[in-house]
Amino acid sequence: MTRDESEDRATAAAPGTPTPEVAAAPPTPLLALGSTSLQYRGSAAPVVQDVSLAVEPGRSLALVGESGAGKTTLLRLLLGLTRPTSGTVRFDGDVLDPRDRGQMRRFRRTVQCVFQDPYSSLDPRRRVGGIVAEPLRSLGLDTRRTAAPKVAEALERVGLPADAAERYPHEFSGGQRQRIAIARATVCHPKVLLADEPVSALDVTTRVKVVDLLAELKHEQGLTLVMVSHDLSVVASLCERTAVLERGRVVEQGDTAQVLGDPAHPYTRRLIDSVPRLPA
Amino acid sequence: MTLLDIRDLTIRTADGRVLVDRLSLTVSPGERLGLIGESGSGKSLTTLAVLGLLPEGMTATGSVELAGTQIVEASEKQLNGVRGRDAAIVFQEPLTALDPLMRVGRQLAEPLRRRRGLRGTELKRAVTQALEQVRLPEPGRIARAFPHQISGGQRQRAALALALACEPKLLIADEPTTALDVSVQAEMLDLVDTLVREREMAVLFVSHDLAVVARITDRAVVMKDGRAVERGDVREIVRHPRQEYTKALVGSARRLESALDVRSAR
Repeated sequence: MTRDESEDRATAAAPGTPTPEVAAAPPTPLLALGSTSLQYRGSAAPVVQDVSLAVEPGRSLALVGESGAGKTTLLRLLLGLTRPTSGTVRFDGDVLDPRDRGQMRRFRRTVQCVFQDPYSSLDPRRRVGGIVAEPLRSLGLDTRRTAAPKVAEALERVGLPADAAERYPHEFSGGQRQRIAIARATVCHPKVLLADEPVSALDVTTRVKVVDLLAELKHEQGLTLVMVSHDLSVVASLCERTAVLERGRVVEQGDTAQVLGDPAHPYTRRLIDSVPRLPA
Repeated sequence: MTLLDIRDLTIRTADGRVLVDRLSLTVSPGERLGLIGESGSGKSLTTLAVLGLLPEGMTATGSVELAGTQIVEASEKQLNGVRGRDAAIVFQEPLTALDPLMRVGRQLAEPLRRRRGLRGTELKRAVTQALEQVRLPEPGRIARAFPHQISGGQRQRAALALALACEPKLLIADEPTTALDVSVQAEMLDLVDTLVREREMAVLFVSHDLAVVARITDRAVVMKDGRAVERGDVREIVRHPRQEYTKALVGSARRLESALDVRSAR
């Protein structure tokens, strides 16, 4: 944590003003893609094409689009799991370099993630306490003993009973498992939470509760979300900004109210019009 | 005469747990009934019981009468006469409904050959027609493709074509659009709506999504923990839910939906 914090504040100071498209000198967003493209070897078309976007503190970003649009690939790029074929991925202003161990340690502490399927994302053979403590242990922040109170706190924050730590994932419902995944991702107090369809696998009543939990974490922990979702109502509930992806390109991005309320691109309009609505 | 008459259907696991509890419902010819519920409510098991497809170890008691045939404790031979002809089903995940090792056209040819006795060029033409009626582009290419070579939306259309191949009196659709993107879902719902109207087919439409059910059906049954907790006109249920559970369900759906009603500052 060598970076001067005043830089973060400088970016946070201008939330109301529309963000200029990320150009050569971005105003140190937490994460940023600059003209990023990704093409797999031997494939005809790039999966992600010339995408520029920025994640600013306190301005949660939604990536929406249909299957195959490249949403999850963008998340993988932002997580440093995939390297772009051209363009840059920046973390805190610096180009993300998986070989820079110091930077990666800072990165892992700052950026955590939650996946879609709460059944496959938790190790079935480990107790919940061990699962939630994992980031603290692997980042070398805590020993088993010093991690315990932090784990208890994280579990309480997501609304799980204290004895959850002693139990196994299979003893929990889908919604509770997603809470466990969120507890694991937030136990080290990251600034950014990348979430890939975090509520898509949940029933509607559970979905509302997990959306509420994420909103609470945003406000109370100052967490900034980067969320992939095809569910526009979830996006509208949680994210200040929205980028719409079609076939690997960002066709529209801006304030969520603007993008969903007054879409400029026909593809965005089609997405919004397709959402089935309840009878009035 | 009712087409489907379920009375006091109870489904138990091998160790005696009750998963569906004295459920009763009826579907008349040409009628559309929605089955609404969250995971574990027993809605999918109910649809499987209608075709005698319950998983190993599960037992059904009570009465399920489909077009005059008693399904509960029917023999496999009796069931084979019913499946496809009286009722056919479209499942949530088309990738598991289709055989991954067989070209789409061949899978579709099988029921057409057996039920309608078609052979050769006639059969080939019927396959193309079946793919055309579900509005699949390039039916020739789709017929030659393996399921993994076409998109999810196209697979679900192929699965629908398969279900319609024997011209069933009742189409059972179990979350047929849950795995699809919203715009593909909208097209699929339109398609089901049109095809069912053209054929005057009855529909049992299962979904957790109230808005989707309301799009297709007239009446609905709300299920929770294996029981029917509320039933009636689907619009009426959405507008004035009576039971606590239905209120919570409608409330959650409305809350998420209201987030969409954002007005631009512009």
